[in-house]
Amino acid sequence: MSRVQYNMALSGQPPQELNFWQKLFLVLGVLGLAILLLASFNLNFPNKPLWLSLSLTSISLGVIGFSWSIYGDKYKGVKNDGVWFKSLTSHGLWAWVFGVLITIFYVVLYFYPQYLGLNSEAENTGLVALFDPLSYALSGNPASQWFMYGTLYSLSILIFGIKFIWKYRHSRYEIIRTISVMFFQTAFAFIIPELMARLNGEHLQLPYYDLKSIWPLNYYNFEQYRIDGFLNSGAIGLALLIFGIISIFVITPILTYKYGKRWYCSWVCGCGGLAETAGDPFRHLSDKRQIAWKIERWVVHSVVVFVTLMTTAVIYSYLDYDTSKYWLNKDVFLGFVASILTLVFGWVMIFRRQELQEDARYGAIGYFVIIIGLIAIHFFWGNSLFLFQAETLRTTYAFLIGSVFSGVIGVGFYPIFGSRVWCRFGCPMAAVLGFQQRLFSKFRITTNGGQCISCGNCSTYCEMGIDVRAYAQKGENIIRSSCVGCGICAEVCPRGVLKLENDSPNGRINPKDVLLGNDVDLMNYVNQKK
Amino acid sequence: MSHVVIIGNGIAGITAARHIRKFSDNRITVISAENEYFFSRPALMYVYMGHMKFEHTQPYENSFWKKNRIELKQAYINIVDFKSKKLISAEGEEIVYDKLILATGSVTHFRGWKGQDLNGVQGLVAKQDLELLNNNSENLNHAVIVGGGLIGIELAEMLHTRNIEVTMLIRESHFWGSVLPIEEGKLISNHIEKRGINLVFETELAEIIPDSDNRVKSIKTTTGKHIDCQWVGIATGVKPNISFLKNTALETDLGILVNRNLATNIPDVYAIGDCAQQCEPIGHRKSVEAVWYTGRIMGETVAQTICGNPTAYNPSNWFNSAKFFDIEYQTYGWVFSKKKEGYSDFYWQDAKNERALHFQYETNSKKFIGINAFGIRLRHEIVDAWLTEKLPIEKVILQLQKANFDKEFSKKYLKKVQQAFQQSKFQKNLVDE
Repeated sequence: MSRVQYNMALSGQPPQELNFWQKLFLVLGVLGLAILLLASFNLNFPNKPLWLSLSLTSISLGVIGFSWSIYGDKYKGVKNDGVWFKSLTSHGLWAWVFGVLITIFYVVLYFYPQYLGLNSEAENTGLVALFDPLSYALSGNPASQWFMYGTLYSLSILIFGIKFIWKYRHSRYEIIRTISVMFFQTAFAFIIPELMARLNGEHLQLPYYDLKSIWPLNYYNFEQYRIDGFLNSGAIGLALLIFGIISIFVITPILTYKYGKRWYCSWVCGCGGLAETAGDPFRHLSDKRQIAWKIERWVVHSVVVFVTLMTTAVIYSYLDYDTSKYWLNKDVFLGFVASILTLVFGWVMIFRRQELQEDARYGAIGYFVIIIGLIAIHFFWGNSLFLFQAETLRTTYAFLIGSVFSGVIGVGFYPIFGSRVWCRFGCPMAAVLGFQQRLFSKFRITTNGGQCISCGNCSTYCEMGIDVRAYAQKGENIIRSSCVGCGICAEVCPRGVLKLENDSPNGRINPKDVLLGNDVDLMNYVNQKK
Repeated sequence: MSHVVIIGNGIAGITAARHIRKFSDNRITVISAENEYFFSRPALMYVYMGHMKFEHTQPYENSFWKKNRIELKQAYINIVDFKSKKLISAEGEEIVYDKLILATGSVTHFRGWKGQDLNGVQGLVAKQDLELLNNNSENLNHAVIVGGGLIGIELAEMLHTRNIEVTMLIRESHFWGSVLPIEEGKLISNHIEKRGINLVFETELAEIIPDSDNRVKSIKTTTGKHIDCQWVGIATGVKPNISFLKNTALETDLGILVNRNLATNIPDVYAIGDCAQQCEPIGHRKSVEAVWYTGRIMGETVAQTICGNPTAYNPSNWFNSAKFFDIEYQTYGWVFSKKKEGYSDFYWQDAKNERALHFQYETNSKKFIGINAFGIRLRHEIVDAWLTEKLPIEKVILQLQKANFDKEFSKKYLKKVQQAFQQSKFQKNLVDE
């Protein structure tokens, strides 16, 4: 019979202390980070490839070794012991320290890249320069702050992905999903665009294009410089432009219909990828209150309205008035946008009224705001005020949503608000996919009859702040537009109550009390009265 | 509009309150001494283990109660005056009711051991027990748990997360012998032992020995063994919390005696949940059921009666679930812990992956009457339909896939189960011939 291992400090205390190996790997990881920090303070490393490799290797070994030291000797299963006792994961001192540090990093990255050593006139210095050798090897160009960030971002998803897989190794869904996220980040967001840049030359002027980053998440995809780049790159460029358009209108609806928005948000997307891997220790910090849900719906849908108007205005600004040069002129384009929106809105109001219930009002408000915006563009364009506004709209969006929301708040505040703040409150792509998921998808989380004991693990560990228990304890399926299908609710449920699945859309929403265990007459009575 | 007073804010009492509000305009007061708000009792263990904070165990936001006009009162009721329909709290406050629902739940069943009142001896039922356990855990090196059942294994798992050595005294030859057949009892026993818990079988508690501070120093077992420990967990079951109702006109036995409409012998007084005892047996169910969902159903049922639609408590097929460290357990219908005349069974297990299914059926008619599942999730709706239809066991085995509720991409075992069943049938036929 094996004995309990006393590898923690005092017995009888919640295990908070780090053991020897955990400390060792923590130090190793911090040393790797220290190299990056020294580089940012302009310490000029003589052999850059060596020091960069050293830094990235020790960060990776630190994280992977740390994972081994916390999960390696444990049996498969849920690993949430002590989550709410640890300072870092329960709003303690370390959480604030860590949160402030990443926030500072993001502020510098977005707004003061020169402090990281970025220099577009002469050679890079500092941290960005440390990444020059790697950038030359991939794309043939010097590094930018975005290359440096992309490298660290992808590396985080890879090494924290390994940690995540170790933690959830009892679940094949989690393993496969995480491998997918790791693959799409490394290949699509990191390597392929760099190689594409390498191909660029006289005949090819492809913009940096992460193929999995779809409008409206990729809000700048249809800006003039990018369209010019695509159109000046022959067949490849045209194919990429067309791919960008059909990803929104064809690929996205089909995949969301079949699998729910999880195909994107927790299997492909880079923001989701970071949240699921590096952000996993903070998933339980999301706000579950009803008020948070209310704010979420207002904010995220306002972002959709904002991005739609902004993109329309930007495209409108570089199109011609004249149809003789090109069939797509300013007014054809506006009419086109208005028709698509009207079609979608009409279809929803006629065929999906039941499912929408009171949200229909909000949908209508959003629709009419956009339409009025389009009319305004049509009539008031030309006066200089409005011309100016397309650009103002774009820069405001890029600043508020693209930088502050998705970066500084989205990641910087991981230890405070949880890992999916951006995805939940800010991401227009998630909102569009969520709209489809809610109204037109086979995906749902099925609740298993009367087995729920209302324990609250599902709600606590939902990174999107969905009160899963509120549905499960009533025997209702969970059909929420915000659900990204990470599957953790089904992992932490101690009674086998939840199952993510794609099934026939009929009977997907079951708003009645269908709890099993009661005799049929009583349930009939309850359902009729309701 | 009458005043409905509910004593107890557990799942039974709260469900009753919610449903009475759904169907009526009565004034509703829920009284509890344990905690202001309703919380999930089975979730207490996760608070101790650091998976959740206590507030996460509360299924409704604090504003819910006011919004739904359910008055919450924190008080301990000492005396019930059934004649003048009056409750008297420990502070001497009087509360008058028109209708009374007793949903007082359970307390730990101390069996009268010598030393059971020492410091460091406790059960785990109430929130206060959890707070006590948290205090008792400090400087605790070795804990003894008496009883191998659901509360026993919960305590073991909890203490294990704080690196406390745990020894469990188990009356039978395997874990939870009163409910689990020997096959799965052994499977779970092995699983627990592998996690480092010491299991001592066929042994009960004889007495608890104090130190000079009146704290637990050691225990003596019925086999005469002494075990040094600083804490003893009593997990030999719970009993209805009805001591404050003794010597009243209310008829009680183990619990408060109720008819099928959950009414007691006193008009306008009902009892639901763990504290109620059925006069008439319902199927194979026990007369006192201390289970989460039966409390819920009784709450729904009594609400109907109180709102003018007299309804009998009529639970359908038995089901339950639990988790033993990392093995999930679900049960539907009846799988008997000991072989029973007229019933046959089919057991399948994958010992390496710790998966098992145990089917019970009537020997002659071949009708399916129950299943235990370990490490495999089953769809309640489907299995419930099989039980209601009394499907023949062969058909159940054939349709197993329909009942699979495992997560997507999970390893599939059901084909193996079907093959094993065909094989066992073939062998049985040989024996019969």
